[in-house]
Amino acid sequence: MTAAERTMRLLIIEDDRESADYLVKAFREVGHIADHAADGEEGLAMAESGDYDVLVVDRMLPKRDGLSVIGALRDKGNTAPVLILSALGQVDDRIKGLRAGGDDYLPKPYSFAELLARVEVLSRRRGGPAEDTLYRVGDLELDRLSHRVARGKDELTLQPREFRLLEYLMKHAGQVVTRTMLLENVWDYHFDPQTNVIDVHISRLRSKIDKGFERPLLHTIRGAGYMIRDGIR
Amino acid sequence: MTAFGKLVRTTAFRLTLVYLLLFAMFAASLLAYFAWNTRRLITEEITQTVNAETSEISEIYGRRGLRGLVLAIEYRALRPGANLYLVTTPTGQAIAGNVGSLAPGVMATRGWSETAYRRIEDTDDRDHRALVRVTELENGFRLLIGRDLAERRRLFGIVAKAAQWSVLIVVVLGLGGGVFVARRVLRRIDAMTGTAQRIMTGDLSERLPVGRSGDELDRLAENLNAMLERIEALMAGLKEVSDNIAHDLKTPLTRLRNRAEEALAKSGCEADYRAALERTIEESDGLIRTFNALLMIARAESGQARGNMDDFDAADVANGIHELYEPLAEDDGMTLKVKADPTPVHANRELVSQALANLVENAIKYGKPVAQSGGTVVSMEARPILIEARRDGDKVLLSVTDRGPGIPEADRAHAVERFVRLEASRTLPGSGLGLSLASAVATLHGGELRLGDAQPGLVATLVLPARLSAGDRVAPPIPDVPQKVA
Repeated sequence: MTAAERTMRLLIIEDDRESADYLVKAFREVGHIADHAADGEEGLAMAESGDYDVLVVDRMLPKRDGLSVIGALRDKGNTAPVLILSALGQVDDRIKGLRAGGDDYLPKPYSFAELLARVEVLSRRRGGPAEDTLYRVGDLELDRLSHRVARGKDELTLQPREFRLLEYLMKHAGQVVTRTMLLENVWDYHFDPQTNVIDVHISRLRSKIDKGFERPLLHTIRGAGYMIRDGIR
Repeated sequence: MTAFGKLVRTTAFRLTLVYLLLFAMFAASLLAYFAWNTRRLITEEITQTVNAETSEISEIYGRRGLRGLVLAIEYRALRPGANLYLVTTPTGQAIAGNVGSLAPGVMATRGWSETAYRRIEDTDDRDHRALVRVTELENGFRLLIGRDLAERRRLFGIVAKAAQWSVLIVVVLGLGGGVFVARRVLRRIDAMTGTAQRIMTGDLSERLPVGRSGDELDRLAENLNAMLERIEALMAGLKEVSDNIAHDLKTPLTRLRNRAEEALAKSGCEADYRAALERTIEESDGLIRTFNALLMIARAESGQARGNMDDFDAADVANGIHELYEPLAEDDGMTLKVKADPTPVHANRELVSQALANLVENAIKYGKPVAQSGGTVVSMEARPILIEARRDGDKVLLSVTDRGPGIPEADRAHAVERFVRLEASRTLPGSGLGLSLASAVATLHGGELRLGDAQPGLVATLVLPARLSAGDRVAPPIPDVPQKVA
């Protein structure tokens, strides 16, 4: 696990003591600040008073349901990004969660790497406008308007889907992007394939953008996913 | 509630009452029409007779004078069943006829009138009624000719009596019939209620009694029985799922536990621990996947996902899945092709995509061409894995054809079952749930999963109805979730 580049303030609203302790500890280990609330009421109060970068909310909570906490926050104009954790992992539960005002939805059981990657992406989204028209990582350039991709002086030809894959990776340059995130955001599928289908797409993309160049930009983060970044940073 | 109260409250009985009222009204109006018409006929007849006689007598008077008139009247008045006759002088004095008394003023008005009268020979005090016509003869004499209305009244009496009787009969028969039908229906409903109560106490194998008449109650019972059948099947499915979970998840769990134990007991160095832990995570990820797939199947089979249906083009799904898996197939030394015509369908897009993805994954895993009997491997270029989307009548077909060994016909039904991995594939990774999920998804949409022979190879086809009937669309299609910007 790489150390965080930027410290986040997180609030974890989760009633299961052990999972909550594990999350708080794990987030602190990678350099973030994590607070914990054990039920919906407490969570709502803490979320309102503290300025958190991301809220991690369990769906089923004592005293006040997770979705209702989110609804109450949104009603009061609190726009802090929310990631919903839930044992209900089906597509319609997910849709319900996102409709209630959640920004991302992660079914239990999850891996911490996946959770961390998603939380970091959410906090970055809040951090500033990521809607540039030109993404640049090292000498790799992607123009979102003209759909032009170039590395150094070489123009690269990408398939439409490869373009979207690279676009997503570059939008989150310097952040870990998991396979599930790619499948959800680039392909818009929410099931997990039993095969390494994403890896194959990544290796194709890699052969186009990194092959023949001295410094690789697209990195595999073991046990988590992928990251695009300029090696020396 | 008393037995009678129950009877009276039945729909059959209430309907009977309504019909009873309707029939009584019908009978009454029929008789009224009949009575009115008869009366009109009799009146007409009287009118005609009286008119004829009046003109006859006027003629006699014209020809033979007053004397002839009186003679003719006296003669006619004596005949049995004679009409009424009266001739008066201009001063109003009666000079001939058989009328004893009249209602006052009748002779003063010319033309038709109905009046009370008495005959001269009548001995009783009763008034009779008659329809009479008064005409003025020359010289101020007046002539009254009329006919008694007793006949008309008698006929009317007959009709009234008939009306009474028929209404009485209708009421008695109707009430009797109502009670009979209501009791019959009640008995059958009570039988059904009894069975339903037994079923509720837990005996799901009970079925409602179905008669032979094929009436609405029988059809209801048949439908309820079909529903019970479905519930029983679902319960059995649930039990099967839990049995399978118990059986097939315990195996990898045991393996997981054994490895952890082994690592604890034997290893000394960090690298061993690390390797053991990594394998543990891998194994638990596999378990989670299996578990998710099982839940998904259970959900699809229970019909819960029916809400998220929308309209889309099956060709888009085929192309999307092709796009996703094409590089993977190529890496495995195969070619993945797609042939899709625009095929609108109303379905759960996510589930259909997943089902198709499962079929494609299966094709990539198991669909490698085998050496033919001649020893030659069929060239992949000539025989790719083909994803097809097309419409066939009222069905939408999404099929995946591979050129592998296929599944022997005898094994095909078996292959769709949960956790079944045919002999040939035991060594390959996978949960063994791919085909059952695809099958559950097809069933959810009211379709099926067909496995066929592609000679050689397997053709797996998701058959979906082109459009579900309006009644099946329980919830309105959920609009697209706003694309989250991560």
